[in-house]
Amino acid sequence: MISEFFINDTFFIQRLDPRLRIVFATAYSFAVALFAHLQTLITALLISCMMLVMAGVNFRVLAKRLLAFNSLVLLLWLVLPITFSGEALYYIGPFTITREGVLFSAQITLKSNAIMLAFIALIATTPVSVIGHALEKLFIPQKIVHILLLTYRYVFVIEQEYQRLIRAIKTRGFIPKTNIHTYKTYAYLMGMIFIRSVDRAQRVYQAMICRGFEGKFHSMDLFALKRQDYICLPFMTTTIIGLEVLEWIVTI
Amino acid sequence: MHISEGVLSGSVLISGFALTAVGTAVGLKKLDYEHIAQVGVLSASFFVASLIHVPIGPSNVHLILNGIVGLLLGWGAFPAILVALSLQAVLFQFGGITSLGINTLIMAVPAVMCYYLFGSIIRNRPKWIGFTAFACGFTAVFLGAVLAGAALIFTEENFLTVSALIIVAHIPVMIIEGIVTVFCVGFLSKVRPEMLSAFYEKESRW
Repeated sequence: MISEFFINDTFFIQRLDPRLRIVFATAYSFAVALFAHLQTLITALLISCMMLVMAGVNFRVLAKRLLAFNSLVLLLWLVLPITFSGEALYYIGPFTITREGVLFSAQITLKSNAIMLAFIALIATTPVSVIGHALEKLFIPQKIVHILLLTYRYVFVIEQEYQRLIRAIKTRGFIPKTNIHTYKTYAYLMGMIFIRSVDRAQRVYQAMICRGFEGKFHSMDLFALKRQDYICLPFMTTTIIGLEVLEWIVTI
Repeated sequence: MHISEGVLSGSVLISGFALTAVGTAVGLKKLDYEHIAQVGVLSASFFVASLIHVPIGPSNVHLILNGIVGLLLGWGAFPAILVALSLQAVLFQFGGITSLGINTLIMAVPAVMCYYLFGSIIRNRPKWIGFTAFACGFTAVFLGAVLAGAALIFTEENFLTVSALIIVAHIPVMIIEGIVTVFCVGFLSKVRPEMLSAFYEKESRW
């Protein structure tokens, strides 16, 4: 089942203004993505961990998610050190492990973890409906925000529809295997989901028209910077500037 | 076909965002408010369909479906994929903020290209529909893998081997996507043929 695991708004970060969180997460992610030195990246990773603690996320789910995306990183560790050209560190059979390859893999590992942990702490802890309205306030075009909100609204409905169809085909003795029958069954199932969503969209639009839709979704969330936001703002700015300065010091 | 956070260089990330912004702007311009609901709900259904894991030998793959997305939505594929990837990031943490632009580009450009390359043949030549649909599903994934490889090579020339590996590793996915696209398009052409053209193309309602 699709669900939002990380929401728990008794924690500090989760009570900050969502606009502030989005802007900071974006700036921080890009800053970290452009760093090259391991010292800066390790500092960034520690800062991300701190944010995670302040966000009070569910650690069991977090561990699962971290495992999932670090398994991708592991693949890079298997390929990059032997495919990079550079100074040789070790020889394993026909392969040469290069210094540059190892450094680059370490860089990617630290970067991706630092960015993802900050993303989980700041963004994944926010309900998508709130993110949508906050994005609108941040001058993202209304149409794309509407698509985001509608997709979020119907993703759960359509998942239930999908579960229903899966139950139906299982009841009829369907066992997925590597054969044409399986691919055909899944293709028809998807086709059915698409047709039903188009019909549903038609009804949704009619309902929206009935309620006087004029190209705007109104939000009950009042976005206003509160005291905690004003306290946090200088810390956030300092974090990014501090990291940039650290990167610059390490470079020279 | 998803490039993780922290892999690509700044210039690649920024150009990814710039090009995705252009594509999304074109897509949104073509969509009236009455199409917004359709793109939203269809985007949700692509999101769910891409969660299906299709068995292949001892392992399984999940489908990318950007060929079908292109056929059904045309330029609307850009906003639909952008939104689906954002939701994927927020709900499952597959990817984050910085790689959103380039990952949208990697999937949406092949979708739009497939729409122009194969759309009219699929609508107008019922005899060729099977072959064309296979080509559509296959090409969409192939182009996506090529774009992902290109993004990596622009970041760091040493990624050449990795890029080649990505394309080779996606060959089974391309074939399965092709097969699934044949059946899915065949099904839609029998049940709801008018769905096989981007809905901003004509005024008649579904």
